[in-house]
Order: sequence, then structure tokens, then C-alpha cells
Amino acid sequence: MLYSETGQFSTHYAADRRLFRLRQDRLGLGLLLAFAFAAVPQIGNDYWFSAILIPFLVLSLAGLGLNLLTGYAGQLSLGSAAFMAAGAFAAYNFLLRIEGLPLLAGLALGGLVAALLSVAFGLPSLRIKGFYLIVSTLAAQFLLPWALVKFGWFSNYNASGVIGAPPLEVCGLDLASPAGRYVLTLGIVVALAFLARNIVHSELGRNWMAVRDMDTAAAVIGIPLAKTKLLAFAISGFYLGVAGALWAFTYLGTVEPHGFDLTRSFQVLFIIIIGGMGSILGNFLGAAFIVLFPLLLSNLAGLVPGGLIDPGQLENIQKMIFGALIVVFLIREPEGLARLWQHFRARVRRWPLRY
Amino acid sequence: MSLSAAPLLELDRISLSFKGVKAITDISFAVARGEICALIGPNGAGKSSLLNVINGVYQAQQGRVCFDGEVRRHMRPHHAAERGIARTFQNIALFKGMTVLDNVLTGRNLKRRSSWIEQALGIGRAHREDDVQRRRAEEVIAFLNIQAWRQSPVGTLPYGLQKRVELARALAAEPKLLLLDEPMAGMNASEKKEMSRFIVEINREFGTTVVLIEHDIGVVMGISSHVVVLDYGRKIGDGPPDEVRANPEVIAAYLGTRH
Repeated sequence: MLYSETGQFSTHYAADRRLFRLRQDRLGLGLLLAFAFAAVPQIGNDYWFSAILIPFLVLSLAGLGLNLLTGYAGQLSLGSAAFMAAGAFAAYNFLLRIEGLPLLAGLALGGLVAALLSVAFGLPSLRIKGFYLIVSTLAAQFLLPWALVKFGWFSNYNASGVIGAPPLEVCGLDLASPAGRYVLTLGIVVALAFLARNIVHSELGRNWMAVRDMDTAAAVIGIPLAKTKLLAFAISGFYLGVAGALWAFTYLGTVEPHGFDLTRSFQVLFIIIIGGMGSILGNFLGAAFIVLFPLLLSNLAGLVPGGLIDPGQLENIQKMIFGALIVVFLIREPEGLARLWQHFRARVRRWPLRY
Repeated sequence: MSLSAAPLLELDRISLSFKGVKAITDISFAVARGEICALIGPNGAGKSSLLNVINGVYQAQQGRVCFDGEVRRHMRPHHAAERGIARTFQNIALFKGMTVLDNVLTGRNLKRRSSWIEQALGIGRAHREDDVQRRRAEEVIAFLNIQAWRQSPVGTLPYGLQKRVELARALAAEPKLLLLDEPMAGMNASEKKEMSRFIVEINREFGTTVVLIEHDIGVVMGISSHVVVLDYGRKIGDGPPDEVRANPEVIAAYLGTRH
């Protein structure tokens, strides 16, 4: 009954444009954000920030980047990690080589470089689709990290090709502590998520979905296919690039190109498959699943009496359970966690009625 | 609305073949402004191909398309849409994952002036434009009586309604020329009647010129003012419905001849 829309009417179109039509939803999101920004930095501990919350946020952002491209615009890609790497190394170099460049500007420039590269590797999408396009994005996945290793300039001639985090300072505020890094990451992720939400509800978002669902019909009603697809690659690349830079700077602190290998691309892909294609919320749910579930499993494994199973085996068993759960879950709900959440919300909305 | 002298659409000796298989041979005809023109003919006569040539999905090897005073060797889909040609497809080509409202709004994408950045940030003219777009889309939705399904994903709607949503999307573009590929295929008698009424009303209210493909001769004779008959990629009849009905070649194509 608390979650009822009774009496809430949209009386003008602007009311329909709001983030959520229901007052309760808006209130809930407001509380959640207030909690995440104000309360969590006070009550969280370093382990939570560094090992759980920051990777969760960064992976959500990476998922969001891929989801814009794959879930909304329907262009398959396995190059996510490559664009993350490009963003990380580009941001590193901008901040290293331009004196006094603010951190946020560096991140944005890193994102822009990743966006340009993403467009370049997205060019084949103008002619090919589906699995064939995956092959072309795989090229990015092999080429970019290779180039980052091959040319020492990118890592400022570091002997092992590793880049480190620049000073994490925004407007004179030092954010190098775990809580600070968490707030920085959270701020960027929330801002970009709002922006993404606006984009997918705008003309561009509709054009993406039109191209995804039926590209001939999209062309016939005048949607410029090339521009629409390339913008999807660009914006997706930007999000992935920023995510990569955050991965390097606020999560790991130091990173090498191999940290952005094909496995990472698959991880991002799993996030959007599990979370839900074509959903903003889905990325957060999927990333939570990917980050939290292995932790939960390893904690459970800790309960197994010592000596019963070999620790090496235990790790493999965890991976097997994790994989099996993904399969089971996808059979039960192919459209992902976001869809489950939708069903649940619809249920609550009607409660106590069933239909 | 008076019919001005120059036709809206003129096809000039169009020929189209696919790897040597001739689909359309040397077809010419003109569609006057404000008329409803029906393309009829047996299956495989080249009717859909002809629509595809008109709005540039196919490029004819020979001939020219003249639309609204502009002569072109080929149309391109995007150019055709910009010039005011909208269409529906034989097998519904809606965007299945989107709602009815969003589908109709995509039809208006060419009426946008603000950039995607303005829209994403909600600055400048973006919101004002949003309101205009929405109001126009709502007008079309009301015209075709699909208000109740505004927020339903189109994939979940029954066939007849999907046909109507597709018409709504085409109409939302405020086209000069509306190409309808079998708008009544697979419909029952009452649905057909309703769809015919919509087509006639669109033509009358907005002055939209309509070219439609239809197999139901009763419907064709009832709503169109001009009938073009194709058979094996050739034009065998062209004129007012009564004249075409009396044409021996047309009768032969439809009923067969004694050999």
C-alpha cells in the first residue's frame, strides 16, 4: 500500500519526462543516494571501500558503457577492456604531461581518446553485423593492449609497463584515502549514469533502439544509420574509457595493460547479460552479482572444515558453482536481474491484488 | 483539395532485376497529388519491389523517379524520408522492444532540431521540442485510436493493432506520400473496414497522397481513385477503378484465359 500510485497523475508532458513517475521511486532513489554519499563514507571500512564498493562502481560504469552499445544500439562488442585500457593510459598520460591539468579533466580526456578509438574500431559496423562485428572488436582487444606494451612511451618508460595513479585531488580536496576514492568514484559513476539515462530517453536513445530492433525500417523513417551507430560506439567508448581510468586510479592504484585483457571484456559482457540488456539499473545489479557473489562463495568456502577439500580444489569448485549459477539463472530469466526487479516492482505496486 | 497539374510522383521506365531475374520491366506511371492509388496484381508481380524502388530501399537499374518536382536516378531511404515519403511494410517492421509511444516518436525523428547533447543535458530548446514532439505523436495516436496501448511494448500487441501502430509511426512523420504495403493483410472483415476508414480519413484530413498495395479487390475499388495493375513485372492496367475492372488484360491476369 505504501507503494501505490493512486492519485499521482501526469498533468503535463514534463511530468512524464522525470526520472521516475512515482513519488515513492524518487524518494527511494534520493534516500539511496544520500545514504551512499553521506552515510557510507562514515560507516564503511577500508576493506569495503577498496575490495567491494569501488570495483562494484567501476564495473557498473564499464557495464553501462557496453550496455549503451550492445543493449541499446544492438552492436556486439568484445573490445570493452581495450577501450578501458585506452582510457586509463590516455588519462595517465594527459595528467602526467600537462602541468596542472585537473583530475576530472584528465579523466574526461582519457574518455575522449577511448571514444575516438572506439569509433575507429566501430567503423566496420557500418557494413557488418552480429558475430562478424565481434571479430572486428576483438581486433581492438588484441591491438590496443599490445601497442601499450610495445611502445614504452605510453607507460612513461616504466620497466614493467605499469602506470600509477596521479594525485587524486579534486578542487583542492585530497581524495587519496579509501573513503575519498570511493566518493570520487561514486560521484563520477552517478553523474554518468544520470547522463546515460537521459541519453537513452532522448531521440538518440530511440534511434539506437530502432537500429537495434530493425535497421531497414530505421533507415526508411530517416534515421541516419551510420551516425547513429558511430555515436553509440563513441559514447560507449567514452564510458568505458572513464571506467578504465577509474579502475587504474581509484581501484588498483597501479595497472598494466594485461589487466585489461580479454577476460575483463568477458567480465563486462557477463555483467550486462546477467544484469539485463537495455537497462541502466541492470548494470549495477550485474556488477553487484559479479563482485559480490564470488566473495560470498569464498566466505562460504571458509566454512568448509579444513583438510576436507584441498584449497586449490576449493577455488575451482567455487568457479564451477559460479558458472553453473549463471547458467541456471539465465535459463530462469534470460532478460536479466533488471527484469526480475521490474516484475517485483509491478507485483508490489498491485499488492494486495494479484493482477 | 484541388489536384494540381503536376503529379506528386512520377515513375519513368523503371526496370529492376536481381542477378538477372527481372522483377520489374519498364514501368511508368504517375500519381497525382492527393489521390489514393492502388497497386494490384498477382503474387510476385513486383508490387512490393516497386514500393522499394520509390523510397530507395532498392535501386532500379534503369529509369528515373520524380518526386515532388525533383528527378533522381535513385532514391535513398534517408533522402526519401527527408523529402516526405513514409511507408509501412508487408511484414510489420516495428521496433519490437519499444513502446507504442516510442515507436510513434521515432517516426518524428526528422523533425528534431536540437542536438543529442542538448537533449542529454536537457538544455536549450530540448525540452520545448520534447513537448512539441510528444503533442504531435499524441495527436496521431488519438487519430488512430491507440491511446490505451501508448505505454505497451509493441511486441506484446495483437497483429491488427501492430499494423495500426506501424501506420501511426509513418503518419507521425507528416508525409506527403504514404506507401502502404498490404495494410490489411491478415485482417478480418471488421478490421479491414476500420483500416480502410483510417486510410480514407488520412487522405481526406491531411491531404496525404497514398499508394497502397492490396489484394482485396472490394477494398481497392472502394477507396482508391486510381488503380495500377502489374503482372510479371509489367504494367497491364492503369486508370480509374471502373476502367481497370473492364480491362480484358486485367481480367485475364486475375482469372486466367482460355488457351
